[in-house]
Amino acid sequence: MTIEKTLKITAPTDREIVVVRDFDAPRRLVFDCMTKPELLRRWMLGPPGWTMPVCEIDLRVGGAYRYVWLGENGEEMGMGGVYQEISPPDRLVATELFDTEMFDAAGEPSLVTSELAEHGGRTTLTTTIRYPSKAVRDAMLATDMAAGMEAGYARLDALLAA
Amino acid sequence: MTPSDQLDATFAALADPTRRAILARLVTGEASVTELAEPFAMSQPAISKHLKVLERAGLISRGRDAQRRPCRIEAEALAGVNDWLERYRQVWDANFQRLDNLLDELKAKEGLPVARRRKDS
Repeated sequence: MTIEKTLKITAPTDREIVVVRDFDAPRRLVFDCMTKPELLRRWMLGPPGWTMPVCEIDLRVGGAYRYVWLGENGEEMGMGGVYQEISPPDRLVATELFDTEMFDAAGEPSLVTSELAEHGGRTTLTTTIRYPSKAVRDAMLATDMAAGMEAGYARLDALLAA
Repeated sequence: MTPSDQLDATFAALADPTRRAILARLVTGEASVTELAEPFAMSQPAISKHLKVLERAGLISRGRDAQRRPCRIEAEALAGVNDWLERYRQVWDANFQRLDNLLDELKAKEGLPVARRRKDS
């Protein structure tokens, strides 16, 4: 059986985006990598050259997390939220709000649900991001759709068809 | 406008289905407000409002011809968006590839079998 390591991105409702990705490891390990700072900061780094100097996790319902990334040229990006549901190793729900508010309508957080399904020692991670409004989701979906496309107007066509 | 403000304006402009449809029409060539209003069953003032948002976001420009003021798409602004979008997508991909490697390391530590990587990223 081959393992599908390509990102799949869909929009099941008008306020949600779902990202699916398979990992060749048991889900308890994937869950650890998502919730333990010493593991998380080794992979959730963003573009090449960025680091994650702040990765604070208070892993309990109502507990907060806070991430800050630093770019090569001193750019800084921060994000945080509050855990809503924690049930290792199959489910994690938390709010999410970027400091820039670039994608957050009036500072209203998105809700991110991570579901981990295990099959034969492999894990399918399904991340559902529920945006505060359809407009915010549309902008985000346009990004993902456009990004995978060919250069030029072929890319634009798909972006516009969103 | 800072590049970040510019991007905000662009995404806000793209978040509306009518404005996306207007852009889709303009990809095929420039058009006047009258021509744009036709397929949308919208009044010209309503279309003009959308055009102002697109113009502010730098996604379209208007011709000088006072009568027609044809709208055309600004390829450069769109290229800027696409560059940013490509980076966004790459962030997810790069993160998950690093996670693949980390998971292999954790599995090895536990004595679990680790599949040979086709290519180390």
